[in-house]
Amino acid sequence: MAEGFALWARLRPYRAVLASRARSQASYRANFALDLVSSLLAALVELAEVWVLFHAVTRLGGLEFHQILLVFGLADLAFSLADLAVGHCDNLPTYVRAGTLDVFYLRPQPLLLQLVTSDVTLRRLARAAVGLVALVAGLATSDISWGVGSVALLVVALTSGCATFGAMFVWAGACQFFLIDGAEMTNAFVYGGRYAATQPASVWSRPLKVVFGFFFPMAFTGFLPTLRLLDLPAPPWLPTWLGWCGPLAALWAWAMALLCWRWGVRHYRGGGG
Amino acid sequence: MTRVYWRLLMAGFRRQSAYRLAALGGLVANATFGLLKVAVLFATVRAAGGEVAGYDVGRISAYIWLSQGLLGSVNLSGRTDIAERIKDGHIAVDFLRPLDVQAAEVTAEVGRALFALIPRGIPMVVIGAVVGMALPASAVSYPLGAASLLLGIVISVAAAYLVGVAGFWLVETRGLQICYMVLSGFFAGLFVPIRLFPRWLGLVAQATPFPSMLMYPVDILSGRVGPGGALALLAAQLAWLVAVGGLGQALTRAGRRRLEVQGG
Repeated sequence: MAEGFALWARLRPYRAVLASRARSQASYRANFALDLVSSLLAALVELAEVWVLFHAVTRLGGLEFHQILLVFGLADLAFSLADLAVGHCDNLPTYVRAGTLDVFYLRPQPLLLQLVTSDVTLRRLARAAVGLVALVAGLATSDISWGVGSVALLVVALTSGCATFGAMFVWAGACQFFLIDGAEMTNAFVYGGRYAATQPASVWSRPLKVVFGFFFPMAFTGFLPTLRLLDLPAPPWLPTWLGWCGPLAALWAWAMALLCWRWGVRHYRGGGG
Repeated sequence: MTRVYWRLLMAGFRRQSAYRLAALGGLVANATFGLLKVAVLFATVRAAGGEVAGYDVGRISAYIWLSQGLLGSVNLSGRTDIAERIKDGHIAVDFLRPLDVQAAEVTAEVGRALFALIPRGIPMVVIGAVVGMALPASAVSYPLGAASLLLGIVISVAAAYLVGVAGFWLVETRGLQICYMVLSGFFAGLFVPIRLFPRWLGLVAQATPFPSMLMYPVDILSGRVGPGGALALLAAQLAWLVAVGGLGQALTRAGRRRLEVQGG
């Protein structure tokens, strides 16, 4: 009990910072509204890209539209929540180039925690709403035998999916210490990963299965749990029991992310000034 | 006078050549997205029985790799230098120069876009050639495709300029730019060719300048439309260029009268 209080007290500075960031965004109302709209539009267009394909054919990679809605909903909701929490790691190259990162090194708090709490972008809530609606629609229209097992699978898939995408942002941030101008290189895997996660992984070639199925475990965030939940036949290399292995995928992603982060932080030499 | 614009074009070309790591990053990103598009679109064509909306596997492959190759050159993001210069007031200096602000900005951007065809366009076409992609049946399609490509780049730059000059009225154009980026990619047929859209959505897309930037050049260069169809697409592109360019000119003049630079 006392330990709980101690932890609560220790997190106080972070809570204060986050609350102030949230308030500051909501205070510019017109800009905030436009931000929300553009964020909503982005998520709708991503959903439309999937829908248009299923308008041309009824079944893709063994899935129908209402089934891909589940994949899209799970993956996109997990991605948006991760983006809300740690997506601003993308700003790291700006800090490195401007030399403002030095300030973070001077404060008596872990660098990663400071960076994560340096911002919280509420507009990404609009994105998350689209993911949530797609997920609910997918759940309502699919034939699911509800029970403790299926609810547990959904919870496990969503939480580990959030963690996996969060790790991707941290990994990408860590790489910026080395790349600086090459942010697009990591975007290929962070945003490419989001795009991959909303696809039926059964259509992937073998190299893609290695890269986005296992190395960056994107298939674990939406496709594999959906297979398990709907009891669909498994494509080669992706057995359905993997649907339960989201937490392992998240652990692997975080191990990679934190290792790269450590290298990156040590590699940093400051921007002078 | 044309010499000045030629120099601006070359300056843009050289400026882009300085960022090698960024070019490599862009290459990795375009190739990765290309491979993902291959997976899902090839599966779509096969699921439809070998052909969908005039695309067989070879055509869809050409569509994917040509459009990925053009991504570095066609400005679909709506991001421009001019937006920043309007916001911080440097635009006042641009107005003092004996050059047309719009023409100078567009020329320099087109120079950068043309350079990007070398490090980012050619490798994608090479991947496409290795994977296998359809080629136009008629030799006339190549010069027509090249003209369409150039028009597409200029239209995209001129349209992005419009987002930038909206800053004369809005000051902060970031929200507008993000909306623009989201819609332009979709309607330009970046992830799914607009022929695959439902009819009503295809018509909506054609009512915007976005297909002129990416979809039409790719349609001509992949041979999805013959020389006759290509001429019709080129005519549509020319019309959009006049519309977008004219609007940019009018907005620049109106914005100049409205401009108020703070501080000093």
